[in-house]
Amino acid sequence: MLLEELSNAFGPSGCEDQVRRILARAVRSQVDELHSDALGNLIALKRGRGREPRLRVMVDAHMDEVGLMITRIEKNGLLGFRVVGGIDPRLLMAKRVVIGGERVPGVILAPPIHLTKAAQRAQVVGVSELAIDIGATSDAQARECVHLGDYATFATRFEVLTEGGLRVAKGKAFDDRAGCAVAAALVDEEYDIDLALSFSTQEEVGLRGAQVAAFALRPDIAFALEGTICDDMPKKADVSPTTRLGQGPAITLMDRSFIADHRLVRLLQETATQQGIPYQIKQPGIGGTDAGAIHQSRSGVPAVALAVPCRYIHTPVSLLSMVDLDNLVRLMKAVLHSLPEGWTG
Amino acid sequence: MKELIKQLTEAYGPSGHEEQVRDIIRNAVEPHANSVRVDALGNLIAAKAGRKGGKKIMLAAHMDEIGVIVSYVDEKGFLRFQGIGGLDLMSLTGSRVQFADGVLGVIHPEDRQSYKSEPLLSKLYIDIGAASREEAQSRLGQAACFVRPFAGQGQRLVAKALDDRIGCAILVAALQQLDDTPHEVSFVFSVQEEVGLRGARTSAFHIAPEIGIALDVTLAADTPECRKLSMKLGDGPCIKVADPGLIAHPGVKDLLVRTAEAHGIPYQLEVLDGGTTDASAMQISGSGVAAGCVSIACRYVHTPSEMVDLRDVENAVRLLVAMLKNRVEL
Repeated sequence: MLLEELSNAFGPSGCEDQVRRILARAVRSQVDELHSDALGNLIALKRGRGREPRLRVMVDAHMDEVGLMITRIEKNGLLGFRVVGGIDPRLLMAKRVVIGGERVPGVILAPPIHLTKAAQRAQVVGVSELAIDIGATSDAQARECVHLGDYATFATRFEVLTEGGLRVAKGKAFDDRAGCAVAAALVDEEYDIDLALSFSTQEEVGLRGAQVAAFALRPDIAFALEGTICDDMPKKADVSPTTRLGQGPAITLMDRSFIADHRLVRLLQETATQQGIPYQIKQPGIGGTDAGAIHQSRSGVPAVALAVPCRYIHTPVSLLSMVDLDNLVRLMKAVLHSLPEGWTG
Repeated sequence: MKELIKQLTEAYGPSGHEEQVRDIIRNAVEPHANSVRVDALGNLIAAKAGRKGGKKIMLAAHMDEIGVIVSYVDEKGFLRFQGIGGLDLMSLTGSRVQFADGVLGVIHPEDRQSYKSEPLLSKLYIDIGAASREEAQSRLGQAACFVRPFAGQGQRLVAKALDDRIGCAILVAALQQLDDTPHEVSFVFSVQEEVGLRGARTSAFHIAPEIGIALDVTLAADTPECRKLSMKLGDGPCIKVADPGLIAHPGVKDLLVRTAEAHGIPYQLEVLDGGTTDASAMQISGSGVAAGCVSIACRYVHTPSEMVDLRDVENAVRLLVAMLKNRVEL
């Protein structure tokens, strides 16, 4: 399964090569052009059957995931690191990681409970006080397999938790390998519009890949596909879950990075209703996506973001419903088939 | 002009929802522009072609205003919300907001005492009088803006959204009065300024002007015990020197000063210590733009009752028209 392969792949921001190779292989036979640009974005173009000039539709999903970067190799062989993208430091201790594309295994250190006091355990240990233990006993030994600037990701492996119902899967990096899997699934059908897929780099550190991809592609409209926040566990207060697992793809109306184009939102809602595809509205005002960079490109690009709800994103392990993911593929295909007529401009 | 300001300030137009404002402006500018168009993000651009030998000039005023967007509908039909743009937390309680379809809501804190000691957006809700989640659920994701009637008292105008409908009114009046210019002038009524200068950024890229001037409000500092700034209501339009997002191009600033002095138009210089305007996005667009800003001193910015002086507004129109009539060298 493509999602499994993508989730297991090693790809923190700036180090997306493995993910890019997997995606290139997945889409190559069904697109007209495939190349990667100066920042490492993988761009796939699929020409439409309609008469020219054809509407140019950009579909973006980012390849990178949050991760760690090695910043110190200590005399005792321990590895200091910093985070790449947003990771809560409370989640780091005692997690298994792999370093570099060679997947050198390591563990983030943690003091045993026997040696800590209750007050100490209530404190958050900052990233600067943590280190990765790869079993090396000296800096020389550590340097045999690890270099300063190497990346690390969590060692989580993909697994299907439930075969029925919501078909829940567990894995790392669903933000945004879920979006990548959806975008890659769009190319097996023919459309009237020109489809430009951008599998973008460095979203987690500032929407950097999408910014240049949009500049180069000059799309007429854009869709950013994401794995997004889902906080639907039972709560004491009556507050928003942001999205809910299994309730369908989530449409973003506004987040910190952009305000969705109303016409595209309406098109998505009408298409979903016609096709009987469930959808939900993501809690407005939260998060940011590549749509933020894309809609500001050149003279402006009407854009919208759609996402697969993922519990526990930006942690070592998240859960998603493959029913939601399949529904996002269905919705995107239906919308692409409705174009260019569905877009009045 | 008062009638236009009333119409503009009473219209609904939080960032991303500028259609009503755009329609009013389009009607007002269409007879006076050589072309009028709406771009991909919704900016309205009225172009005035000039004689030969002029510059390519972009003038920008933003159509959007601050507002709220519904982020959650609770079981009992109360609405939780996020801000669109920078909300003034002190003036929110007791405020009324209005949705695009005219439905009103009242903003109130969960607990008044604790809100006084710690004003947090998450402790506020909007009450539209709904009795259940079902009745209110369609509001999720809808935007609302504040409601207040426009009032003119002598020379002083009070309204919501003077930031920046007053800039829009100035641009409309300047276009209407500009019979002849050597310049190729784009009057841009921009979207989404309050959430990050987004409309001005893309329209400036498209127009690629040589000179860019924003029309916006600035903070007046002429009220009791207020912060130490020099701008005052009634002392003339402010010619911006700097704010946290812009150091005005000295040539543009001097051009405005020279023009004001040559025509006997009162003006004040502005150095602002918080916030910025569309000029900030224009300045670094493309290969760079000589950017400046003409501001109207405004009290109580980002509250439902902003206040400006009509004479400053009229003088800003005179200043712009005088500048646009003649050739300019920076």
